Amino acid sequence: MLYKDDLVQSFLRGDMRALARAVSMVEAGDIQAEQFLAAVAREGKRARLIGITGPPGAGKSTLTAKLAESLLDRGERVALLLTDPSSPFTGGAILGDRIRMHAIAGRSGLYIRSLGSRGSLGGLSRAVPPIVQLLENFGFDAIILETVGTGQAETDVVETVDSVVVVTVPGLGDDVQAMKAGIIEIADVFVVNKADREGAERTARQLEEALKLGPKAVPVLATIATTGVGIAAVVSSLDAHYQTMLADGELAKRRDRRLRKALHAYAASIVSVRLAEWVEEQLTGHWADIDSGRIDIYTCGRRLAEKFQKRGVTSNVRED
Amino acid sequence: MSGRSFIRVLVAKPGLDGHDRGAKIVARALRDAGMEVIYTGLRQTPEQIVEAALQEDVDVVALSCLSGAHNYSFPRVVELLRQQGGADILVLGGGVIPEEDIPALKQSGVKEIFTPGTTIQAIVEFIRAHAIQR
Ligand code: B12
Ligand SMILES: Nc1nc2c(ncn2[C@@H]2O[C@H](COP(=O)(O)OP(=O)(O)O)[C@@H](O)[C@H]2O)c(=O)[nH]1
Ligand SMILES: [Mg+2]
Repeated sequence: MLYKDDLVQSFLRGDMRALARAVSMVEAGDIQAEQFLAAVAREGKRARLIGITGPPGAGKSTLTAKLAESLLDRGERVALLLTDPSSPFTGGAILGDRIRMHAIAGRSGLYIRSLGSRGSLGGLSRAVPPIVQLLENFGFDAIILETVGTGQAETDVVETVDSVVVVTVPGLGDDVQAMKAGIIEIADVFVVNKADREGAERTARQLEEALKLGPKAVPVLATIATTGVGIAAVVSSLDAHYQTMLADGELAKRRDRRLRKALHAYAASIVSVRLAEWVEEQLTGHWADIDSGRIDIYTCGRRLAEKFQKRGVTSNVRED
Repeated sequence: MSGRSFIRVLVAKPGLDGHDRGAKIVARALRDAGMEVIYTGLRQTPEQIVEAALQEDVDVVALSCLSGAHNYSFPRVVELLRQQGGADILVLGGGVIPEEDIPALKQSGVKEIFTPGTTIQAIVEFIRAHAIQR
């Protein structure tokens, strides 16, 4: 077993095994993870983050493998984060996206990690932002995040990546009106996969019509992920989108928003744990009043929050 | 080292064997027992299985083989894991495996072999008792 200092050294040397251990540590989310992230932090180059979302079975994993292959072929180092839902009851999951990665598995410069949605409401695992940070620090040029287009996944993915690829298939998207609300708005690139099936062109045209009403120009591309048809066009659309974002400042804006959100969430998680403990302390001996209905929980909640904030200020002053 | 609160298992089918019912049943059972199962699909070489196990940082590698290739593939997976820093990963095997092959497989480092008729309960309990959770 690798201990923490060795782990930092191995990570900095580029050992993928150390990266894999570090990802687990960050996923477990304890104080050691925070120290580790600090120890491997570095300035400079960031990775390009691409999100792939869409309904189950649309071909996201197959497409992800093909995109990764194109990027690897031109010498980029690529990390894939493949997420599948965890059971909200047992926490268990079957993560099966690797089945589609056989053609690329084993290539150098490639790291593949499967993740359960654990702890989030059908969206991305809360560990995704710190894992992305680890991957960036490890030196990947591109990180592709596959999510299942259910639950909160779309909102989560927009807030996590630079470019969003929404994958749909003919038939499913026949009635664009029936598409999940919000999915049209989040796409930077739309892919109609399984173009070998009937109705692909019609689906693409309907999407184009719907997208015309939107605020930005979004390409709609047909692909056959199993054979690779259309993949080159997806790659160049993503490249073009990235260049546009670099030029017009959108990339910086999205990164700022992402970092702020992760920072806020982390700070809030620390405070909320402390607050909960403190509230419980304050409540000892007073629960009967609340239980009987003599004091209502909202009045009590506001009073306690205000008291906690004041206490926060004085304890800071004392620390100085 | 920090521990995660759940067990992570790679379920893999080495070799050219296309019998995947057992592997899928085992995968679902482990999921229902609260474990996170990575299923890599059919026709994996020991090298591919070991690479996936290390990148995924699993606690357990569960190999399923009904084709008769277990005497080569199971020990090879153990050997590669040892060479590449994964010696602490629990390796289990299952499928159609003759009784007389089992002692040598265990000797090679496969911790236990589960043959047809094994209950899911027995598999789950064994993993809970023997996985070294990191
Ligand atoms: C169903 C079956 C098939 C189906 C498979 C469907 C599928 N997608 O899985 C089909 C019809 C396709 C098939 C084809 C063939 N089969 Co067939 N098949 C069987 C059969 C009848 C049952 C297997 C099964 O699904 N059992 C049910 C599952 C749930 O049980 P299980 O896999 O054993 O799993 C249990 C345990 O073993 C254990 N377990 C299994 N894996 C693991 C892993 C871990 C980590 C753990 C902890 C536990 C564990 O837990 C499970 C629950 O108890 C067996 C005979 C038998 N009695 O086993 C022959 C058998 C496996 N087949 C056999 C053969 C020869 C073939 C063919 C080569 C036939 C041919 N000439 O074409 C082909 C090859 C296919 C291929 N590409 O590999 C032989 C293998 C002989 C050998 N090992 O030397 C067998 C043993 C029949 C025989 N007696 O000859 N087969
Ligand atoms: N006909 C056809 N099948 C495809 C295509 N792309 C993917 N598939 C198949 O669709 C199924 C689901 O693919 P997968 O990538 O796992 O979808 P995901 O659930 O969205 O990740 C698999 O059987 C793929 O082989 C395609 O372009 N055409
Ligand atoms: Mg998938």
